[in-house]
Parts: sequence; structure tokens; C-alpha cells
Amino acid sequence: MDFTIAGILMLDGVTNGAIYALLGLAIVLVFAITRVIFIPQGEFVAYGALTLAMLQIGVVPGTVWLLLVLALLAALLDALKALRRRITASRVGIGAIKTLAWPALVMLLSLWAAPRQLPLIAQSLLTLAIVTPLGPLVYRLAYEKLADASVLVLLIVSVGVHFALTGLGLVFFGAEGFRNPSFWDARFAAGALSVSGQTLIIFMVSVALMLSLFLFFEHTLRGKALRATAVNRLGARLMGISTSGAGRLSFGLAAFIGALSGLLIGPTTTMFYDTGFLIGLKGFVAAIFGGLASYPAAAVGALFVGLLESFGSFWASAFKEVIVFTVIIPVLLWRSFQHGQVDEEE
Amino acid sequence: MTRTRFLLAFAIVLAALPQLPVPEFWITQANYIGLYALVVIGLVLLTGVAGLTSFGQAAFVGLGAYTAAYLAVTHGVSPWITVWVGLVITGVAAMLLGWVTLRMSGHYLPLATIAWGLSLYYLLGNIDALGKYDGLLGVPPIRFFAIELNTGRSFFYLLWALVVLASIAVTHLLDSRTGRALRAVRGGSTMAEAMGVDTFRVKVTAFVLAALLASVSGWLFAHFQRTVNPSPFGLKMGIEYLFMAVLGGVGHVWGAVVGAGMVKILEDQLQVWLPRLLGGSGNYEIIVFGIVLVAVLQYARDGLWAFVESRLPRRERVVDWADAPALPERERPPHGEVVLDVQAVRKQFGGLVAVNDVSFQVCAGEILGLIGPNGAGKSTTFNLVTGVTAATRGEVRFRGERISGLPSREIARRGVSRTFQHVKMIAGMTVLENVALGAHLRGRHGVAAAMLQLDRGEERRLLREAERQLRRIGMAAHLHELAGNLALGSQRLMEIARALCADPSLLLLDEPAAGLRHQEKRALADVLRQLRGEGLSILLVEHDMDLVMGLTDRVVVMEFGTKLIEGTPEQVQASPAVRAAYLGTEH
Repeated sequence: MDFTIAGILMLDGVTNGAIYALLGLAIVLVFAITRVIFIPQGEFVAYGALTLAMLQIGVVPGTVWLLLVLALLAALLDALKALRRRITASRVGIGAIKTLAWPALVMLLSLWAAPRQLPLIAQSLLTLAIVTPLGPLVYRLAYEKLADASVLVLLIVSVGVHFALTGLGLVFFGAEGFRNPSFWDARFAAGALSVSGQTLIIFMVSVALMLSLFLFFEHTLRGKALRATAVNRLGARLMGISTSGAGRLSFGLAAFIGALSGLLIGPTTTMFYDTGFLIGLKGFVAAIFGGLASYPAAAVGALFVGLLESFGSFWASAFKEVIVFTVIIPVLLWRSFQHGQVDEEE
Repeated sequence: MTRTRFLLAFAIVLAALPQLPVPEFWITQANYIGLYALVVIGLVLLTGVAGLTSFGQAAFVGLGAYTAAYLAVTHGVSPWITVWVGLVITGVAAMLLGWVTLRMSGHYLPLATIAWGLSLYYLLGNIDALGKYDGLLGVPPIRFFAIELNTGRSFFYLLWALVVLASIAVTHLLDSRTGRALRAVRGGSTMAEAMGVDTFRVKVTAFVLAALLASVSGWLFAHFQRTVNPSPFGLKMGIEYLFMAVLGGVGHVWGAVVGAGMVKILEDQLQVWLPRLLGGSGNYEIIVFGIVLVAVLQYARDGLWAFVESRLPRRERVVDWADAPALPERERPPHGEVVLDVQAVRKQFGGLVAVNDVSFQVCAGEILGLIGPNGAGKSTTFNLVTGVTAATRGEVRFRGERISGLPSREIARRGVSRTFQHVKMIAGMTVLENVALGAHLRGRHGVAAAMLQLDRGEERRLLREAERQLRRIGMAAHLHELAGNLALGSQRLMEIARALCADPSLLLLDEPAAGLRHQEKRALADVLRQLRGEGLSILLVEHDMDLVMGLTDRVVVMEFGTKLIEGTPEQVQASPAVRAAYLGTEH
């Protein structure tokens, strides 16, 4: 291996690492706030990339209909719950409208936009508008009722959601893969290395997103409310913070980060309906570096995973997944010796 | 009895099935169900009983299957040897994985098993000697003496015999010393460790047992399919196994069989209908599986078998221990010997000093009261003595030996037994079984003995002791009730009986009288006096001053983590400092 190859591999690894870092952050965020180990994080990556791919070929993506169906289900469940509590019909109606307004708007917009071949950036924004609200709805339908269950039960729910979303991905996008067009086709030479515009976009968007998350958590009331929920759910509730609201918000952020990551890597890799899962799991390996609790450690872990993957695929390409996923064992070992036995009560 | 009849009917149907003119298709289905059920029984043990879970069971099936197939195809080794090789390989892999992850919170195991399941899948698919993704072909059938099990019908008998044996063995295991320890680790390790259970070892044991069952299923799978390739051992299948366990009922051994059956039949129907409905082809059934899994957890957490179970009459435990010999008892320290010596222990949580250089002694045959207002550091002192939290400074000695720094279970082994301020019990077990957990350290039989029922003699002695302690504390009427159904006061009494079951030299009681009625308190005081008379030392934290003052020999008063005063009940009652601590001072 000479310096050029090492440079290319490094660049490749850091680029993918940036994506894993975003996903790792989302995973840590969701776990801290809701105690949900969010296995389906990767599905939102695939949904993001493939929703854009569908818009590219002028088809209304199936995710639009999923959004509508989930919103209808949520509205129905809310109405049933309201009936049992004898809440007036007008308030039930307003609640239903609130739940359904955005999905209906997005549907109309998609029906109008899909055949028109809008510019890439407009389609990307529409993609985010479709996929992001899926997050809160998934929380509402799958997790909210079980918010106080053990981490183990929530984890099994996550696996169920992963199954359902992957299967639906196959229905919506079919079995073949798509590669999205690049957002920026420019290439820059840096010594022997050549950096593509897309790579730069990945870096810039990742850094911008991390920065805005930091500002959100440090300087806004909602961000602080989320942090309070992460520290102590009951205490936050007593202070008037809605824990289910916090849960939905965190899932919304996770879906947004997932979809955005999908848009970012769509041009650099061929996406299939089930590719997202593996990408999301690499985010998990990164998050485990920080014990599912530390954002900076997750980011560092993500870079490590990215580099390991790119060098692994150079030296032993057939075994690159084996290498990446086996690294979790020494990491866990290291953590267990650092932190010793942790006891948790159900 | 209905249960026995039910089992018998099940066995007869199983035995007759292959002899009836059932289409071959259904025999094949039944064989798959049996293969899955073996794996799911392991998951029941792991998830339903020990409160852990794994998505990597399919990978353990794969280890068993590939070991059998590789050795048979390339080296011609007999299946009756390969099954043991597979068990050893799987056992070592599971032990390693468990050893790495189970020291940490429970959710790291499932995450590690996801990674492990994926890694093994890609590994199997890339090794030349194992045929890469094509796998190994031409695995010979198993020979059972002169019979070659090369048809679905003949294979059926071997398979289902193993399934029934595994179910019975696991049922036996659950009703044993190890079984109680397995259930105890579910609610956190503090209580289990205080009973002397090595929770880490118990968790690893559960994980290894589940993996071994999966390995046997893999061995059978290889010789049933006569070919292996990586796809049935991937993560998707690992998740499906867990789905079977949850659907059938993760807390019941028979739920495993029901779950495996339901999922297999459902899968076949869905694989026919969904592609017609949705067009194209693919694993559409996972959509339904995912949604059903979430719905089951939301609306019927105990699974399908729980519905059957609730209709069956509850099995009353047969009392067969009346004439069992008593367990050997510890030699009591001579009256007046210093049993517990707490020397200037200190506990700091960051800047907060919860216990500030507190010293006191407890002698044999003495009841020492530890009182003080809420937040005085009494419970923290308890935790320091019993090894639940480590002291920042200072030393605790028990019968002259330093015990600070030892884990709870080692302190328990030396004869220190305790109750908890907030009752810690296994709600789904009977009172008798909960109390028998206290005698954990007085038994020695393990997993294998329990499965083969070689532990019955010891088990009778343990249960006899549990009953004796319950009678002593006045709970003879509640022996076979579920612990979770007891009133709070009775649960506290049950904890005392459980602590006594350990045959302690020193008993630590954390607010034992809270929630008791007046009569019950008097009865409790009588029991404690009697125990003192037998030479037991008792450290008592209690807010009921009548009880404390009437019962204790000496009292230590704590306030804000510091020892305020120590003396006889009369001295303490007369002390103005104590009055000020409880009631404030007059200005």
C-alpha cells in the first residue's frame, strides 16, 4: 500500500464515518430520551435515498402512502382513546385534523411534483418532508403505549418495527438498487487525492447538523426539555414536560437525520431496500463506543468504524462486514473493564 | 389431573402422527416446527426466565449445523460424534460472547448478538472450505442403530423425542435451586446477589444453555435437510426465533412449541398469499411478522400460551418434603462475641457525604437498633455492610474478618443476611419458592442435576427449610400463594423468612414492620426475641419507636450521615440531642 492508496482509503473511511456519526448521534439521542434501542434507524436512511430515487424517475413513492396510512391509524387510535375518556367530538376532530393535515398536504404535493421532474434540491426537500414525519408516527403507533416497559421489551418492539419497515421498503421500492445523482459534480485535486463535491457536501452537512443539534440542545427550551427527559423522565413530567411529546420529537429528529443521511450517501453507493439496515447497524457500533450515552465518543467511534471498513475492504474485501461487526466484541470488552458491572432494575 | 392428561394426549398424537395417512407436507411442517421449537425453548429460558435476550440464536443453529455437515461430508465422521463437537464449539462461542457482554447492562447482549449473527453469516458465506454461499451438499442421514433416518417420518421420532426431552428438562430446571436463581436475576442483581447467587455466572449459564439447544437443532437441521447454506442462519431467522418465543409466550416452555408452530404455519400461508396480493416476490411475510410482534407486545405481552395456561387448573405443589432431613446449621458465635464491627465507614456520592465516619459494633445475641430521621444514611449504612455499595473509606469486619470490598454474595456466604426497604421478590413465584431462594447457598446442585432430577433429595431439604421458616414467622397459610398477590406487610415477613433461610449469624432488617398491623408487629417482635435467644445478632432499622425501644438492647442514632449517640433505649429516649434531631429545637 502506498501513500496515495492510504489517502484514498482514509478519505473514503472518513466520509462514511461522517454518515455513521450522524446515525450514531440519532441512536444515542433516541436511547437517552426514550430508552428505545432504535434498530430501525437504518430503514430511514434507505427510505430517504429511495424516496428521492422514486421522485427522480417520476413515480409517487410508496412512503407517501405509508405516511398517510400511519397518520390515519394514529388519528383513529386517538379518536378511540378520546371516546373512552368522553372528550367532545369537536376536540377529537381538531386532533384528527392536526394529525392528518401535514400528511395530506405532503400527499398532494407529491402527486403534483412527482411527474414534473423538479430540480434535485426541491425533490430532496420533498423527500425530507415525506420521511421525517414517519418518525413521530412510528413512535406514536409502536412505542408510546409501551413507554414505561423495560429496555428489553422496547428493543424487541424495535426489531418488529425493523421487520415491518424493511418489508414495506421491498413493497415500495422493489428489489433492485438505485444510485442517486450527485448534488455537486465538481472534483478538486488535493495533491494526489481527488475530492468530489459530494464528499465535501457530506462533510459540510454533517458538521452543520451536529452544530445545530448542539445549539438546539444547549440554547432552546425544547432542547433543554429533551435533555431533562433524558436525565429523569418522572422529574421532567412533574415539571410539565410531556414525555410522549419528547419521544415523538426525538423520533422526528432521528427520522430526519436518517433521511438526510440517505440523501447524502445516495450518490456514493447503490441503495437497496435493505441496505439501510447495515448502515444503521454501523451507526450502532459507533454508538456503543460511547456506551449509547456519549455523543462525542459516538462520533469518534463512527470515524473509527468508517476507517476500519475502508481499510478492511482493501485488505480483505469479502470479510469487511465480518471485521466491522466483530469489532463490537473488543469494544464491549474494553467498556466492561472500564465501567465494571452495571446493575439495572426492571 | 388435567395437565398430565393433556401431556399424555400430546405425546400420543405425536407418536401416532407419522403412522397416519397424513400428507408428507404436514410431516415436513411438523419437523420444521420441532427444529424451531428446540431453539425457542432456549429463548424462553433466556428471555422469559432470565430477562435477557438474543437475536443471534440462528447463528448458534448455524454453528451446530455447519459442524455436523462439514465433519460428515469431508471427514465422514458419525453424527453421534459431531453433535458433541458442535455442542463444544457452540458452548465456547456462547461463553465467550456472554462473558464479554453480560457484565454490563442487559441490552448489550442482544446488540452483541445482532453483530455476532451478521458476522457469522458473512463468515460462513466467504469461507471456501464451507462452500461459500452455496454451502455444503450431500450430508448423510443419521443412523439410529440399524435404522437410517432418511425419511421425514423416521426423522420425526428422533426430533420430537428430543423436543419433548428438552421441554421436560427445562421444566425441571425451572423448578430447582438453579431455576430460582435464574428467575431472580431478572429483576436486577441486588437481591439475587444478597441471596448468594453469582448473577454473572447464572446469566452466562442461561445464555450458554440456550445456545446449546440451538446447536442441537442445527445438528438435526443439517441431517434433515441433507444440505446447509448460510441463509437459514442469518439475522432474519434470529429475529424470527424471538418472534416465535414472544408470540407463543416467552414465559412458558410450551409456549415455545405453540409459537414455533404458529409462526411456521403463518409463514407458509403468507408466502403463498402476499405475493399474489402485492405482486412480485420477496420476504413480504416479515411485514406481518413485524406488525404482529409489536401488537403482541402491546396487547398480549404474555403470548398465546398464557391464554391456555389461564384455563388450565393451577398446579398445586405436592408436599413431599415432610420427612426430609433438616439442613445442617452454622455454628453460632458464642454469646457476647463481637460479630459485626463497623469502623469509621464513610460513603461519599460526589460532594455529598451520605455516611460520615460511622462506627458501631453488634455482638452475638444482641439486637441493635439503627434509627434516625429520613435521609440520615441508615439504608446506605446497610448497603455498606452488605457489600451493595463500596465504602469510600473505613472498614467493616464480620467475626474478625474484613468484609468491606467483598461482593454481596461473599458476605452472604459468611453468614450475613438481609431484607430490603423496598421489597425485592419474584412476583410470579410462590411464597415458598421465594423463601427457598434464601437457602441458595445451602444447596450445591447445578443445572445438569436439576434437569435429570438428581437434585430432589436436596430440593426437599431446601423446601422443608423454607416451610419451617415461613411457619415460624406466621405465614403457614400463604405457602403456595403467588408472592405478588400478598399484601405489603406479608411480603416483608416473607423477606424475613427468606433471610432466615440462609441460616445467618447476623440478620439485617430494613424497616421490617412497615405495613404490618399491630398484632403482626407483636408477633414479629416475639420471633425476633426468640431468634436473639438462639444467639442470632440482629441489626434493625425501623421507624416504629415502640417496637425499637421495646425490642432492642442498644440503639444507634444517626442524623445527616453522622452517628449522633449510642446507648440503651432509655439513654437514647432521654437524650435532648435525639429529641432535637427528630422534633427540632425550641428557640
